[in-house]
Amino acid sequence: MASVTYKNVYKRFGDVVVINDLNMDIADKEFVVFVGPSGCGKSTSLRMLAGLEEISDGEISIGDRVVNDVPPKDRDIAMVFQSYALYPHMSVYDNMAFGLKLRKTPKAEIDRRVKEAADILGLGSLLERKPKALSGGQRQRVAVGRAIVREPAVFLMDEPLSNLDAKLRVSARAEITKLHKRLGTTFIYVTHDQVEAMTMGDRIAVLADGILQQIDSPRNLYNKPNNVFVAGFIGSPAMNFFTATMVQEDGHLFLDSGDFRVQIPDDRKPVFQSYAGSEVTMGMRPEHIHSPEFAPPGIVASPIKGSAELVELLGHELHLYVSTGKNSLVATVDTRMNVNVGNNVDLVMDMGNLHLFDKKTEKAIR
Amino acid sequence: MGASSQRRLNMLIVNFALLFIVLLWTIPTLGIFVSSFRTRGDIQASGWWTVLPHKAWETTATLSPTDLGLDPNGVMNVEGVTGTFEELRQGVQSGDTRVIWIGNKRLGRIEVQKQKWAVNWEFTLENYQQVLSGKAIQFTNADGTVETIPGDNMVGAFLNSLAVAIPATIIPILIAAFAAYAFAWMRFPGRRILFIMVVALLVVPLQIALVPILRDYNTLQLNGTFLGMWLAHTGFGLALATYLLYNYISTLPRETLESAFIDGASHFTIFMRLILPLSVPALASFAIFQFLWVWNDYLIALIFLGGNPETKVITMRLADIVGSRGNDWHLLTAGAFITMILPLIVFFSLQRYFVRGLMAGSVKG
Repeated sequence: MASVTYKNVYKRFGDVVVINDLNMDIADKEFVVFVGPSGCGKSTSLRMLAGLEEISDGEISIGDRVVNDVPPKDRDIAMVFQSYALYPHMSVYDNMAFGLKLRKTPKAEIDRRVKEAADILGLGSLLERKPKALSGGQRQRVAVGRAIVREPAVFLMDEPLSNLDAKLRVSARAEITKLHKRLGTTFIYVTHDQVEAMTMGDRIAVLADGILQQIDSPRNLYNKPNNVFVAGFIGSPAMNFFTATMVQEDGHLFLDSGDFRVQIPDDRKPVFQSYAGSEVTMGMRPEHIHSPEFAPPGIVASPIKGSAELVELLGHELHLYVSTGKNSLVATVDTRMNVNVGNNVDLVMDMGNLHLFDKKTEKAIR
Repeated sequence: MGASSQRRLNMLIVNFALLFIVLLWTIPTLGIFVSSFRTRGDIQASGWWTVLPHKAWETTATLSPTDLGLDPNGVMNVEGVTGTFEELRQGVQSGDTRVIWIGNKRLGRIEVQKQKWAVNWEFTLENYQQVLSGKAIQFTNADGTVETIPGDNMVGAFLNSLAVAIPATIIPILIAAFAAYAFAWMRFPGRRILFIMVVALLVVPLQIALVPILRDYNTLQLNGTFLGMWLAHTGFGLALATYLLYNYISTLPRETLESAFIDGASHFTIFMRLILPLSVPALASFAIFQFLWVWNDYLIALIFLGGNPETKVITMRLADIVGSRGNDWHLLTAGAFITMILPLIVFFSLQRYFVRGLMAGSVKG
């Protein structure tokens, strides 16, 4: 059981800075997900924690021990790899027992722990098999089992589900969440899949270009993104962004994109007042743009007009790609809306869910 | 033509090509094998394939030309065939009988032959006795005279070759496997330079090293010793061994080794418990190459072992037999077969490692 701290951590490969001043506190028993596009440094951050990559600068601690110079085996961690990294010539039992044997754990104790892990993961009948006789999902569970038997202070998982098919991934996701509850250990989980991140993490760390963009609960990440990157990364379809000028008229603030003009609710006026007259980046999630007839009651609706360019019916929702002139946007509207490609459409934006970002710094205006 | 019948045709062509190559390779081997068990007289009189059922001419009657009153200088008429002396010497055929004149015009005889199924099914172990034995051996000729012939001592040479080849295979593989692991998975200063040197050594012809090593061996008194042979073969094989094993070991999945690191394994544990078992195909294929190369080597043995009959390896002994008994095919084939039997066994017992991929199941796929 241990907390994890990154303190001013850098990773450089020659002149390339892969991790840039990473600071993070992960509490004991927390489930933190590192998420970001490929090449953002999420795996490197994890591998530095595991001791598989050297730390160029800064400090990483597990519990209250700085582990920069501690070899991987003494860091009290266990890691599950994307490729599972099983030992192909050993049986499932030996795969799980390998680490314990190396640590000279008594035989009875090894047996107890392996059997227990096999029970948790439903591998009981497969213990004598070799990895090549297992399915992808079973191999993945063996990899998890190998980590469990070590009873580590911190679990590290590097995209453990991305080699599974979509259906299996959903159930494996739930299994790992349950496992975390059951073991009560710190979990750090790397993925590029925002659905995995949102569903599994207590907190999510969004990385891009080696810089930590935001670390927060899934709800906050969705509702209060720190900057344009996080706002665009979390949510599907991605948030719509428009460049708009903030105009003040009759004591109200308006956003003018050139194509449409929407009013900022008066209660948020004080926050945005200082940007009056300048350009800002306006963000609106597709699910907060509605058709007027089916808009939920009580929202602060601001109407816009456009023409439908593409209509995608997914069954439970309808994605509408709309051109408003210079700008285009995506709206997730009620499936009852009757619309065809080429039609002129009237839509309303839920201005209560407006996101505004500074155009230069791309930071959220709050 | 449909796609499936096209494929079947391709398979057929491939199979025939393979069959052809296999026959091309096995038939001479079989020929040596069969010949080595045939008697000296048989080998000189007929080919080894006559052990298979074949049609041969068998004499049914012998006639004397003078008794028949034939004129060898004219056209003759015998047993239903006609021909001049030259034609009859070649044999004149009519139906399933052949009339042939054996010998010269004056004293020759005429044989009437019929074609019959026959096998030359007469084998002997004497060839092997004579080639293998180190002592002089006696044997009785067909005419009853007893001959004493010195044996060729191939048993001794066989054991010498084993004594050279087994350590000369194991030592370089051990060293090369350690080196290949270090080059592939350990970070140390000078790693690249050292590896480039190893690769560069691949293209150095070994003949360049013969004289300097011979001089060093003279001072170290290693000439004519098996230890000298092991070191020489190790040195000459090491660069290739390191390079081949590096190529294999560096393709083992990184994550599997990292996983072992986190599990608490040291470099040595990883080498012994993961690298060696997973590299069996590469180790086996190099072991076969190195063993065959050392077994078949003549040059290095000639130079570093010299002419001492006590330490002669099998290739040298075979060369001796060729030199001293170049016409004794029964001995040459026996000697050749003794020389090649072990490489054949090695190849057939290890060949599955060429085929089998041990990595299946480690990572996805």
